[in-house]
Parts: sequence; structure tokens; C-alpha cells
Amino acid sequence: MISVKPLLEVEDLTVEYATDAGPVRAVDHVSLDLTPGEFVGIVGESGCGKSTLLFAIARLLSPSCDVVGGSVRLHGRDLLGMDEEALREIRWRDYSVVMQSAMNALNPVLTVGAQLEDTIAAHESMPARSAQERSASLLRLVGIDPLHLKSYPHQLSGGMRQRAMIAMALIFTPDLVIMDEPTSALDVVAQRSLMLEIKELQRQIGFAALFVTHDMSLVSHFSDRLAVMYAGQIVELGDTRELFRDPKHPYTSALMASFPSITGPKEVLQGIPGSPPDLLHPPAGCRFHPRCPLVEPRFRIEEPPLTTVGNTLVRCHRYGRDH
Amino acid sequence: MAAIIDRAAPSEAGAQPKSATLTSVIETSGLTKHFRVGGLFAPRFLHAADDIDLSIAQRQIVALVGESGSGKSTVARLLALIYRPTRGEVRFKGRPLSSLRARRDVLDYRGRVPMVFQDPYSSLNPVYRVSHGIMRALKLHRPDLRPGDRRAEAERVLESVGLTPPGRFLAKYPHELSGGQRQRIGFAQALASSPELILADEPVSMLDVSVRIGVLNLMAQLRAERGISILYITHDIASARYVADRLLVMYAGHVVESGPSEDVLAHPKHPYTQLLLSAVPDPRAPVSSMPSADVGEPPRVVDPGEGCRFRGRCPYAIELCSQVTPRLRELRPDHTAACHVATADQAG
Repeated sequence: MISVKPLLEVEDLTVEYATDAGPVRAVDHVSLDLTPGEFVGIVGESGCGKSTLLFAIARLLSPSCDVVGGSVRLHGRDLLGMDEEALREIRWRDYSVVMQSAMNALNPVLTVGAQLEDTIAAHESMPARSAQERSASLLRLVGIDPLHLKSYPHQLSGGMRQRAMIAMALIFTPDLVIMDEPTSALDVVAQRSLMLEIKELQRQIGFAALFVTHDMSLVSHFSDRLAVMYAGQIVELGDTRELFRDPKHPYTSALMASFPSITGPKEVLQGIPGSPPDLLHPPAGCRFHPRCPLVEPRFRIEEPPLTTVGNTLVRCHRYGRDH
Repeated sequence: MAAIIDRAAPSEAGAQPKSATLTSVIETSGLTKHFRVGGLFAPRFLHAADDIDLSIAQRQIVALVGESGSGKSTVARLLALIYRPTRGEVRFKGRPLSSLRARRDVLDYRGRVPMVFQDPYSSLNPVYRVSHGIMRALKLHRPDLRPGDRRAEAERVLESVGLTPPGRFLAKYPHELSGGQRQRIGFAQALASSPELILADEPVSMLDVSVRIGVLNLMAQLRAERGISILYITHDIASARYVADRLLVMYAGHVVESGPSEDVLAHPKHPYTQLLLSAVPDPRAPVSSMPSADVGEPPRVVDPGEGCRFRGRCPYAIELCSQVTPRLRELRPDHTAACHVATADQAG
């Protein structure tokens, strides 16, 4: 991992929303690297900043939201400082984005084929016939009959729409595909099949994936590394299997223990008491301390740093130097 | 929540002994709902629910599991008197719902069988304080309470859904509450009418993972402490197992499998139930187990015609499946499946 040059380097990224009550820090000093071909999952509850982080990386933040610190580099080039013209050059080619709701992301009055060809035409001049052929082969790649080039989004099922979005994201075989809960609107069978599809496409094409989800069990079999976010910060980052085998942050283990299982003996689960903090007034000290079963007085005052434990990064006082 | 932390899992805590004859609270027979779609001169019918027979006993939690569009919410709405059935009947403690004519009878039924909705962000009116909905339910459905006693009862109800101190929560507006707290208000409103059966339509699917369990535990607690029956509608079979005694699996408007939760999970008989179980992401499972090439396409339910509705996706489909709609058959003790191909177990 150390010798490979990273594809994406996120360093100390901090993002704030302007609200009437003052700035809300949705992403707080997040650092994250992706190597080529790697699948990294980002998990957390609603409001933890995971989607804001993605949007900041993809340069898709809404106007009320600003990057106030840090940097994002793709292939070593600074993404945050790029002007719109330069961004146009690399969007879809170097990185692409798959949104949560394909129903809202696809244009309802254009056929799937027209939208694919439109995207192709915007980034590469090619004869109409080749654009059509390219579109057809893309649909075939994601398991949709090319007949559906003539279909409108409402004529496709939720799973097919999401596949069409993924086809679009792969038009120019980008090195990085950024995905924001692409399966969350789907039923579990369709979700499973789409995840297998994404993994297979990744194997064939070799893109790196940054995958945001609220459901950590979903990525348990698919991601290489996993970042757990809480209240705008990464609280644990490590190898996915290792993280599931031996979760280090109390939030990670509590989150894992919140999923009932369909196998094994039935246990009473407790979830996590309380609810995620209001980021307008984040708790002092460790942000998880009001909900943490292992809290000590000092944790309420001092903010824990990210600490290296083996191959994992953890933001918890119990792994600090003096503990 | 401390009340339910005995060693038994929630679906066992407070459940009736198995040998007792279970008195059913609600029973449906041949319950069917078709919606008219399409043009004026060429009407077509969407079969949202077809021939549903279900029964919920006192102190029982029954889960209705299925993917979106399978008809599970339609069933809940039929039971809640939001829809009138196309065919079939619902009996509440023996009395057919079609015989409820007087406004007072309908109101009384709605108080005994209230519904909790999926979206806690849109099911509470944002301009009213929490007290409004609860006091209203008390006023409408609890003629036994004198007006002066309502406030104390409202506080008691809030306490039993875990919102303390209740006085403070009564004065709050919905926007001041988290999703989990709002959903507890939903249950408090249902409880205010002193119900016998709560229809809970995906009550946790909009909540964050870490607070879902709390609401599921609340349902188990309401059953254990107050003997309330619950119809738990969900697409999440793991949470259904966690909280329910019995599972009903729906597919395209049909109940395809039904039985005690543990038995259905351990011995799924219908190919759809098997597919559903294989698709649940389970981090505890070994990495190598990645079955299922099924693309998860929903079936056609507009004028579906005769035959098993799962046959297009079923790896075991035979000729008969496209000709005859399979009926539920008992394949294990107390465990039925609607499949021509599935076989009964010889013993146990």
C-alpha cells in the first residue's frame, strides 16, 4: 500500500455550511488516500458528513457550502483550485459520480440512449453511429438489453435505472468512480445484484471506487478499506475485514452491534443510546462521548487525535499515547 | 428499555406459551385489493393484494415481509380501513369490518387498531406541539377519561415509549425532535387510544441504524407489558426475525410463505424466501459466500393472470407454475408455502 502512488489524496479537508445560526462544520479535517483500483467504503449515520465529503471531493458542493481548508488531489493535480473549464476536461474522464437517486439524476423527458449520447458528445467528438454503438455496449456491460436505449427512465425499474447511471459513469472508463448510496433505494435482492455487478465491473475495468453508505454490512464483502465517520470526523479507518473482526472505536462496535442478524442465536441488541449530535453545537472533547459506554471524565474535555493502531487509524482516547 | 432486558430475545419475551389456544385479534379471509389503472375504455387492474389469509393473535407480533410493490402496505391499509377491499373480509374479534357502518363504530375500531407510519418527518403536523396529537387521540378514543385526567394519561403514555421527562416532551414541536423520538411519538399517539393491535408500516426504515433497535425493542416491550398485538411491516427480514413471532413473506400481492419466524429462517421453503435470505448482507458470513445472479426485477402485477408470480425468476419453475396459481400448503408443522415444487419435510 505504501509503495503505490495514490490516485486520490484528500488532506485535512474541512467543509462548512453557512446557516442562519452560524457555520456548521460538516466535514472536519478528513484525510483519506485511494490507490488505483481500490474500493473504499465510507459509512456513517445521516448527518455525519459522508455525502458532503463526497460532494466536496467531486466539486459538487452547493453554494451555501464551502471548503474552508485542506486539499484534494487526483493524479497529483489539485482539484479544488481547478477552474470550471479544467474541471470539464477531467469530469467523466478521470472521475465520475453515481448519485443516490437515479430517478432524480436521469432526465425524465429524454431516452436513456439520448442521455448517454449527450454525455459522450459533450466530452468527445465522435460520429453519431459510434456514439450509439458505444452506448449499446455500455448498457450490455451493465446487464441491460440495448433495446432500452429507446426507453425513458420511468419505463425502467429502479435497479435498471441505477445500472444505467453506472453505465453512464463508465463511458470514458474513469480511474475513480464516486458513489453516493447507489443502492439505498433498491430492494435487498436488487441491491445484492447491483453490488456484485459493481464489483465485477471494477475487476474488468480497474477503476477505484469511493462508496458512501449508511449500511456497513452492505460493503462488508465488497470494500477493501472502510472509513467510519461520526459528526464530521473519521473515527476509524482500516482494512474492512479487520474492522469487522476487531472494531476499535466504540462507535464502530456499537454500530455493528445495531444490526440484527438472520443467522446465529438471537440476542437482545441495544443500539446506541441518544442520537447523533447537532453539528451547530458539537460536543466538546470526543464527539462520541455523550453516547459512549466507555467514557471517562477527561474524554469530555480533550479532543482525541487519530492514532495508529496496527494498520488502523482510530480517533479514541483509549488508544492515545498516555493511556 | 430496561423492562425487556431479561435473557430472552424480544420476540420471546412476553410471548404466549405455545400450547395455549391463541385467540385471534384480527383475521382476514381471501382479502383482495385491485386498483384500476389505464384508460377509460380499456381498464386494467393492478393486483396489489390477492387472497390474503392472515391471522394475528393476542400478544403476537406478526411481520409482513416483502420488497417494495409486493402489497404489504396495501394489506396494512386494508386493515386500517383506509382502503375498502375488492373482495374478501377482515374480522376484528369475530366481527366483520364490512358491518361497521356507524361513524362511532369506525372511530372505535380505529382507536383499537391504530397505525404507525413509515416517515416520522411527514406524519407529524409541524405546527402543533407533541401534546396535540396525543391529547386528540385521548379525547376521541378514550371516553372513559375525564378531561382533567387527560394530561396525566398523556404523560404516562409518553413515559411508556421512553420519552422522559414527559412534561417537557409534550411541549415540544416535531422539529425539535430526532427521527427516533418522532417515531416514538407515533407510537405514543397509537398507545393513547389504548389499542389492541398496532399496524406498524415500516416504522424503522427511515431511522438511523443506531436508533432502529430502540424502536424495535419498544415494540417488543409494548407487547410484553401491555399485551398489544403488532403487525410489523418491513422489507428487512433480519429485523422481522428480531422482533416477530411469525413471518409472512409477500411477493407480488401473494403471501408465498408463512410460519414461525425461526422456522421460516432456518427452513425457507419458497424459492423467493430463499432468494431473499441469500441477498441479505451479513458481515458475519464468510467472504466467499456470494451467491445469487438474480437481477432482482419486480414482477408484473397488472392483470397478472393465472400462475405463480415468481415463476419468471424461479430457478425451479416447471410447466405447472405458469398454469396454476399455487396455494399455501403446510410443508412443515405450522409452516406453509405457496409453491408447486417445494416439498414437505418428512419429520420435524
